[in-house]
Amino acid sequence: MSLAGWALILVFIAILLLLAKPMGAWMFALYEGRRTPLHPLLGPVETGFYRLSGVDPAAEQDWRRYAVHMILFNLGLLLLTYLILRTQAWLPFNPRGLPNVAPDLAFNTAVSFTTNTNWQSYAGEATMSQLSQMVALTVHNFTSAATGIALAFALFRGFARREAAIIGNFWADVTRITLYLLLPLSVLFAVFLIANGVPQTLAGSVDATTVEGARQSIALGPVASQEAIKLLGTNGGGFFNANSAHPFENPNALTNLFQMLSIFLIAVGLTWTFGKAVGNPRQGWAILAAMLILFLVGTSVVYWQEAAGNPVLHGLGIPGGNMEGKEVRFGIAGSALYAAVTTAASCGAVNAMHDSFTALGGMVPLINMQLGEVVVGGVGAGVYGFLLFAILAVFVAGLMVGRSPEYVGKKIEAREVKLAVLAIAVLPLVILGFTALSAVLPAGLAGPLNKGPHGFSEILYAFTSGVANNGSAFAGLTAATPWYDGLLGVAMWIGRFFVIIPMLAIAGSLAAKKYVPAGAGSFPTTGPLWIGLLVGIVLIVGGLTFLPSLALGPIADHLAMIRGQLF
Amino acid sequence: MVRSQSLFTADLMIPAIGNAFRKLDPRALVRNPVMFTTAVVATLLTLLLAVGDSGLGRGFEAQLVAWLWLTVLFGTFAEAIAEGRGRAQAESLRATKADLRAKRMLGVGETWELVPAGWLEAGEIVLVETGDLIPGDGEVIEGVASVNEAAITGESAPVIREAGGDRSAVTAGTRVISDRIKVRITAQPGQGFLDRMIALVEGAQRQKTPNEVALTILLVGLTIIFLIAVATIPGFAAYAGGSVPVAMLAALLITLIPTTIAALLSAIGIAGMDRLVRFNVLAKSGRAVEAAGDIDTLLLDKTGTITIGDRQATDFRAIGGTSAEALAEAALLASLADETPEGRSIVAFARERHHVATVELPADAEIIPFTAQTRISGVKLGGSTIIKGAVDSVLKALSQPPFVSSEVESRSRGETSLDVARNERPGESELRRVTDEIARAGGTPLAVVRDGRLLGAVHLKDVVKAGVRERFAELRRMGIRTVMITGDNPLTAASIAAEAGVDDFLAQATPEDKLALIRREQQGGKLVAMCGDGTNDAPALAQADVGVAMNTGTQAAREAGNMVDLDSDPTKLIEIVGLGKQLLMTRGSLTTFSVANDVAKYFAIIPAIFAALYPGLAVLNVMGLTTPQSAILSAIIFNALIIPCLVPLALKGVRYRPIGAGPLLARNLGIYGVGGLIAPFVGIKLIDLAVGGLGLA
Repeated sequence: MSLAGWALILVFIAILLLLAKPMGAWMFALYEGRRTPLHPLLGPVETGFYRLSGVDPAAEQDWRRYAVHMILFNLGLLLLTYLILRTQAWLPFNPRGLPNVAPDLAFNTAVSFTTNTNWQSYAGEATMSQLSQMVALTVHNFTSAATGIALAFALFRGFARREAAIIGNFWADVTRITLYLLLPLSVLFAVFLIANGVPQTLAGSVDATTVEGARQSIALGPVASQEAIKLLGTNGGGFFNANSAHPFENPNALTNLFQMLSIFLIAVGLTWTFGKAVGNPRQGWAILAAMLILFLVGTSVVYWQEAAGNPVLHGLGIPGGNMEGKEVRFGIAGSALYAAVTTAASCGAVNAMHDSFTALGGMVPLINMQLGEVVVGGVGAGVYGFLLFAILAVFVAGLMVGRSPEYVGKKIEAREVKLAVLAIAVLPLVILGFTALSAVLPAGLAGPLNKGPHGFSEILYAFTSGVANNGSAFAGLTAATPWYDGLLGVAMWIGRFFVIIPMLAIAGSLAAKKYVPAGAGSFPTTGPLWIGLLVGIVLIVGGLTFLPSLALGPIADHLAMIRGQLF
Repeated sequence: MVRSQSLFTADLMIPAIGNAFRKLDPRALVRNPVMFTTAVVATLLTLLLAVGDSGLGRGFEAQLVAWLWLTVLFGTFAEAIAEGRGRAQAESLRATKADLRAKRMLGVGETWELVPAGWLEAGEIVLVETGDLIPGDGEVIEGVASVNEAAITGESAPVIREAGGDRSAVTAGTRVISDRIKVRITAQPGQGFLDRMIALVEGAQRQKTPNEVALTILLVGLTIIFLIAVATIPGFAAYAGGSVPVAMLAALLITLIPTTIAALLSAIGIAGMDRLVRFNVLAKSGRAVEAAGDIDTLLLDKTGTITIGDRQATDFRAIGGTSAEALAEAALLASLADETPEGRSIVAFARERHHVATVELPADAEIIPFTAQTRISGVKLGGSTIIKGAVDSVLKALSQPPFVSSEVESRSRGETSLDVARNERPGESELRRVTDEIARAGGTPLAVVRDGRLLGAVHLKDVVKAGVRERFAELRRMGIRTVMITGDNPLTAASIAAEAGVDDFLAQATPEDKLALIRREQQGGKLVAMCGDGTNDAPALAQADVGVAMNTGTQAAREAGNMVDLDSDPTKLIEIVGLGKQLLMTRGSLTTFSVANDVAKYFAIIPAIFAALYPGLAVLNVMGLTTPQSAILSAIIFNALIIPCLVPLALKGVRYRPIGAGPLLARNLGIYGVGGLIAPFVGIKLIDLAVGGLGLA
């Protein structure tokens, strides 16, 4: 570990804290449906879209309609994607004459992009036609991110509104978020990336002569634009197979820092939006603080473990940290932080290979995801997931001060507890269930590359990444099989929508409730005590379930490494 | 009166143990899903043990099974002992009820027939004479009697029950000790107060309260999550090339699911109701007790709650050249026949302060009694008329007969009756000024008039009860706003409110104002508590979230409230709020404790079951438990024994301190959260040493 490494981590956090309020305020305007400085430019586009589709943005929906419209929208996009992938051989923009995508892979990929997971069981350049890339996949980078943020808005409205039946208009939310948030941010970020040498061209490749005199064809493309939304929307599906480790995606340390910032940017801002929406920005800061504490602890462990390196190699006379699978231009701190950020935020972009991390260094990304992607989390999904934990925390804590529990002015009762537990239980059920199945059935056992606990970690990581809608791969697992394609597809779908439906039901239930002003008898949900309680609940309720699986995976792996045994 | 009872006595324990076994009935057990799961696991392991050995040794497995069953039994025992505390009381009540006989009126003259009380229908009329027990809840429609209500309230001093007014309600099982009354029965058979009380103390008709339901859902959710965590372990173990014996998985599951709080949950609820009963408050539902903990606004009647209720004379304010002595003498004369506390205090004050010598009225004195119409009282003696009363009442009386003589006097002074009506009476403005001053100081002015001449006013002062100020400060720390309700004018009300330290007041309050205030508070999301006894309080009692009716109150009030205070002590609302908070706090604290325990249990069991697969995992055995078997046994024993250890806490409740929500949370989180993390590490280690020492595993 070095001073520069820690400085990077602290600077990163400091910049985020500075950006939280302006980002949050911008999104609050969208949440409220207020005009923004971009309205003179983009307003006509928005109204034109409504006129074209027959949507009345002022006609708000109750939670059921909101949920149905959201599902229909996503299901429609899923089917369209599946159809395009299955028929790409007969469709235009297929210069390399690629065949139709196999059913299991097409299903897996369609679900993956719809659910904001961007798990990729394929190598893009060898599988997807240009049409598939542009129409079938890239569009999801915007729609799945906008869906997540819209859902967070819906939940905020549940908390903020009093005795209301409606929680917003899904179409208006998605349109505004895409037009006034995702699009302009993507443009800005893409320009920044281009300035740093990231290619943005329609040319397929460039030929170069190497130092040795050999001729090499280097792939190019509209990288910068895709890179921007990949990170801002916590999508994570890279243009190149090497993702953000590739110099054309992430050329230098500065772009590396900005990439990490852009992964967290919207999710961090949304916590402020939440606070503002419920009338007290400090409520949002408290949530952000709890998230960042969990994040900082995790990041420190990764950095410490990666910097400490592998004692077996040290024994062989190779000192230093663990550089296996890392890019020299980012170093250990830049890679460790990136791994923590991308898994904390359900992004899944990588600038180093997590499989090559030390056992405990690789365990932190795993835990980040197993906690339900609530440590900052994906755009929208992070904050609504965290609020589910907040509901449980407030329930227990409220009882401890002798009051029936309330949070930001809403009583938390049996219905909210039931729905929150339901949403939270989905994760362990699917992650552990599917991992256990894959750990005993031959189809599953065929997947992992390594033996022993490391192989187990590979399976566990895949399902964790899928259910948590992260999409990062541990690598080492051969996932392009009907078993994994199918099961991971199902896992991603459940992990996204089986959390969303109970969450929206909570939003509806809360919106209908009376406002209960906080009195001296209700404990403040803004102070350090509350932040500590949130951290505790997330770890105990969200994390304790996974302890046996972690013990048999990365912990066993780590202990074996100490004893000189590698897998 | 608070009845105390020690927690564990033989006559409580023995039936409780029997009942603990009786409660193993699956139909009863299924109401508690976590304990039901434990029982199912215990049953399966018992069957497995009967079939054969799974490789861990029969002795070990038999111990495991035994401790699993004990876990379930400790849970049912906790509930049984909580119920047992109320049962003794219920039995004596039931005996009272069984013996009740009624003299049912036949509707012809004064004839009656003797029938069992259980035959009485609502609307029938019974005769109750000296020495009889009142056979059913009802209302006195004829007569006055003193009644001993000790059977219900535990208070042996008799109370007066009379037809009409606010003291007409009588309760079954109480004894008439003098006179005779006729009572119209108001309760249907089996639905009387006595029946409700029996059901309440026994916990027979106990329904889960909303908060209990929510907590149960959370516990079920945690059970499901841990069920998933344990059920997937065989798959993981298989991957590692080994297997985990079923008995060990069962032990892991039972230690992880929140058995501690689940076992104590219903005991906490029963004990909470029981505490109220011991406090001589009957809650009609557990929901009301929970609501008490959430109260934001407390409505308190001034008289009897904040002030002593009897106003005392503290000053004589003479006007218009009248000497204080003359005023004092007139006031004394007007009050000698006045037997009210106010009247007596005027007499006493006139004698002590102004040394008025008159001891009694002359024989020819004619008393003017207080009536609801005139609202004045006084005396006529030797051709002189003295009256006293509220300022407006006195002025009104002066302009009407029999005070026409004053009109004659004024006419002789050259004034017309028109002038009298139009102009002020001499000294009236000065009287107004004086009485306003009295009101502003929190007092009630009484005007005194002699032969039509305004002499001045008596300052009657409301005396604020000792210690109420401190209680309101305590309530403020609890986060509760107090509102004083009074019929006084705003000036008097404001002054008393300031003296007593209440947060707000409602002056000149009518029952409608009271109801409107409650509605307004509730509209703003506040929960409101109030107490009352009169029939006109009934709508407000029904509207309030917690309505405590005084036992001395009318039947209508007792029906409208959701609690009845048998001691009829309005200040008890404060304790009721504390009890409600205590109930919720006990639940929350034990839930936190139960969940926090899981960390240590993981550290005990995970290395025990996985070290065979990966020997390196033995380092997770931070407690240094001797063998895997001993580790598992110790964890399961700790998990079982913690239940009876916490029974006293569950029954007594976590102590509530009015120190504000933040510090309270910090305190409980420290004790039950951090304590819950640490305690099992210590406990399991100690049990492991004992298990090793005894050679159990």
